[in-house]
Amino acid sequence: MSDEAVTADAGRPAAGGATGTPGTDTGGRPVRGGRRLSLAWLGSVPFLAYVAVFLLLPTAIVCLQAFTDAHNRPTLANVRALGEDYVIASFTRSILLSATTALTGALLGGLLAYVIATGNPKGMLRRLTTAACGVLAQFGGVTLAFAFIATIGGEGLMTVFLRDAVGINLETGWLFDMPGLILVYTYFQIPLMVLVFLPALDGIRPQWREATSTLGGTTWDYWRHVAVPLLTPPFLGAMLLLFANAFSAYATAAALVSQGSIIVPLQIRTALTSEVVLGQENFGKALALGMIVVVAVVMTLYSWFQRRTARWLR
Amino acid sequence: MTTFLRGVRAGIAIGAMVLVAACSAPSSNSSGNSSSSGGGKAAASATSATEVGGLDALIAAAKKEGKLNVIALPPDWANYGALIDGFKAKYGITVDSANPNGSSQDEVNAVKQQKGTDRAPDVLDLGMAVALANKDLFAPYKVSTWADIPDSQKESTGLWFQDYGGYMSIGYDSSKVPAITAVADLLKPEYKNKVALNGDPTQANAALNGVMMASLANGGSLGDISKGVDFFKQLKQSGNFVPVQATTATVKNGTTPVVFDWDYLSAAHGKDVPTWKVFVPSNAVLGGYYAQAVNKDAPHPAAARLWEEYLYSNEGQNLWLKGGARPVRMDVMTKSGKIDATAAAALPPVTGTPVFLSPDQATAAKAYLATNWAKAIG
Amino acid sequence: MTSEPLQRAEPATLTVPGSEGATAGPGRGLHARQRLRLNVFRYLVLAMLGLFFLVPIGALTEFSTRGVGLSAPRTLEYWQQIGTYSDLVSAITASLELAALTVAFGLLLLVPTMVWVRLRLPRLARTVEFLCLLPLTIPAIALVVGLAPIYRWLDGWLAWYSHRYGLPSGLADTPLQLFLVYVVLVLPYTFRAIDTGLAAIDVRTLSEAARSLGAGWPTVMFRVIVPNIGAALLNAALLSVALVLGEYTIASLLNFQTIQVAVVMLGRANAGVSIAVSDAALMFGFVLLVALSFVGRRRRRRPAAPAEEE
Repeated sequence: MSDEAVTADAGRPAAGGATGTPGTDTGGRPVRGGRRLSLAWLGSVPFLAYVAVFLLLPTAIVCLQAFTDAHNRPTLANVRALGEDYVIASFTRSILLSATTALTGALLGGLLAYVIATGNPKGMLRRLTTAACGVLAQFGGVTLAFAFIATIGGEGLMTVFLRDAVGINLETGWLFDMPGLILVYTYFQIPLMVLVFLPALDGIRPQWREATSTLGGTTWDYWRHVAVPLLTPPFLGAMLLLFANAFSAYATAAALVSQGSIIVPLQIRTALTSEVVLGQENFGKALALGMIVVVAVVMTLYSWFQRRTARWLR
Repeated sequence: MTTFLRGVRAGIAIGAMVLVAACSAPSSNSSGNSSSSGGGKAAASATSATEVGGLDALIAAAKKEGKLNVIALPPDWANYGALIDGFKAKYGITVDSANPNGSSQDEVNAVKQQKGTDRAPDVLDLGMAVALANKDLFAPYKVSTWADIPDSQKESTGLWFQDYGGYMSIGYDSSKVPAITAVADLLKPEYKNKVALNGDPTQANAALNGVMMASLANGGSLGDISKGVDFFKQLKQSGNFVPVQATTATVKNGTTPVVFDWDYLSAAHGKDVPTWKVFVPSNAVLGGYYAQAVNKDAPHPAAARLWEEYLYSNEGQNLWLKGGARPVRMDVMTKSGKIDATAAAALPPVTGTPVFLSPDQATAAKAYLATNWAKAIG
Repeated sequence: MTSEPLQRAEPATLTVPGSEGATAGPGRGLHARQRLRLNVFRYLVLAMLGLFFLVPIGALTEFSTRGVGLSAPRTLEYWQQIGTYSDLVSAITASLELAALTVAFGLLLLVPTMVWVRLRLPRLARTVEFLCLLPLTIPAIALVVGLAPIYRWLDGWLAWYSHRYGLPSGLADTPLQLFLVYVVLVLPYTFRAIDTGLAAIDVRTLSEAARSLGAGWPTVMFRVIVPNIGAALLNAALLSVALVLGEYTIASLLNFQTIQVAVVMLGRANAGVSIAVSDAALMFGFVLLVALSFVGRRRRRRPAAPAEEE
């Protein structure tokens, strides 16, 4: 079914070959074939232009300054400093923290999304939980850190309750180190997962379930052949978002772990805003460049993995 | 990948066009500020009130500007809340207080990044290290009470001048921990999981001085901070050290009942915890002052200078005293009887000779911390 | 695979939304039992996760009502002190307007682009995905370093413009100009939500069907596709509003007064107020988002594509 018969609206050419598979816009009028591609990408210009000015430009400024020293002379010293032991250690810790919380957030969040999706789509429960998830997904910083300190810190509600009523003395030192960060990060990863994954669950039609059972399939067959192949791409995409979200979060970590810069965003903060060790700003920008490289690598792995699983699941 | 490449090309082209437009944008930032007219221009280069035509002329010019931008002045820091309110009430000028949790470096970053906009900070309150490193951003100005400031506490042309200070102290909740009589007490088991430092010494000035004070109390000297780092290492190993950022909330909640901090900041906790006490060890009286500076490119130059006059007037200095900080004109004011006697009496008792870190000693301390702190405390 | 259909026919109502009670006839007892099991499971999960989320917030609220001193009674004075802060109202208004602008502009920018990429520029999809993830890779403190020159230029241009055309001089300083960067900040979240929504519907077929029936592109976009991704759009809006209301770093480093900056400023008065005001901001956001969900629902009731069971 082609739409050459329809007149083109402003800026949107009546491109032919609409029934072609993605990426192979061939077949169709050769007369307009040459111009087709070059006009189609005009539609992406507003977005690209906007992103170029407000995202790529600031990023480029930061990355360029990573290659200059304090007097604006070009240097590789900042980037070379990225190879130091403590920098590599903090990158490793950051990646570990992000991957772990992305996984736990994705699994628990996916579970919660399933629970919501199987309820009444117009009901109060759904409204309340999605609104709560919206608020909690962006909840962070000093307040979130303090919420956990007030719950399971040295004098937290739960600690005191367990100590006085049940006699269990909680070991609370772990809250101010990596395990504590993992727990607290999961707090905002789960709601984020719910919000981005819920539309995928909503897209599962009851007809497909009925069709599977009519054809004699079991629950396992349904999940294996219908639901999982459909849900895997959005699930992986959401996990990637969770990873990046945890990777760059720092306000919560700064409040919980005030000593030492154990993850990369904290090191960037020290480099940029320390009033004690001055002149490290460009090193901070080199660290930011390092973070972009890490996320680019993770994205590449993600797209590779997506293609592989798509093939396996087919 | 043709479409991709074309998309990238489009983006770069657009970006380049925008850059070109940016470079040729009307460079009339100065005309955007209504303040630079007549009296404003004179104020921007004035190095004292007399150059503007006297204090009244300065007040008139400041009122014409109508606004003052301050930065990193939270209300509970050395009673800045009352100072800002007092200034607003006295002169009717709006005060825009930005980035309350900012550090001194944040203030300098804001000056550089907001240069030319109407939101750039007019005046700065900086730790000494940052003040000394950024003199090229300041405008020289000498307040009317310039002579009262000791020579060692001001820069000769007026680029920076110290404003208030205090001594490094150990604040503690006397209802949760036993009374502290020496720094070494903190290693005892009664203080398990209770001792906190206000920040990271490689990040914050207050924390650096905390470690230095511990060093002095444990046999170190102003040139040797290693004893302090060792002390905190011991504290961490015995489980007494809590690595969380101490805030008013954690103090009230009981998570950090013992905090190393400036005495005037520690005194503020008394509002939330009536049993809060402040202890300054007699063998380690480490003082530290902050410094004022006027932004060379201040969007409201007259208001900035008026603010400085206000801070260094008797009224301003006494308000700082009320906040537990020692104002720089304190000696002169005590002699002339203008000091607020009740507030002065409320300061924590300090015996022993105060010492101050010189810039070189501070640099040596920072270098040592940069390489050794994370290892000791992590 | 020739088992009795009745035995194998696990009710469709088990795992899909909105179709409870849709099946009738024999085996109703089986369906009801399995529905009951599902419900028990659901409420169990909700209870446990609900506890995980609500207990820390309860601890916050409990702390904000503590009096001063060991045996002091509960007090609401910190909550009452929130009302005395004069700049709070203007900061809240600014943030709300910012949220509205960000949602409107962000969705307007992203949805047509994503649909267009799906239909015509599939090779650009990975690029768009990476660009939409980029804002999350750079911590805000580093991003501000790059944003500051752009805002300097923007403020200069705004000041010149308002000077030239006699507009109020406060235009160059309005916090509303933050929406330009907030749209970029919400890109990762809105992209993922909309992408999930678009993946669930067959965009190509819908658009071809509409085009072959004579629809122009605006009609395809706004009357065919958008109503079908309503849930995704709503979630994207929720995330954007929450982000704008919770954003502190960039607003404070660029010296703008938004709600979180006011919260932090207010919080420096004393411990009780700092927690009370953060708690209040959370609840305010929650109520706002619940209200927003009602707006979304009303729009979705308009009949869109056929056989769409919402």
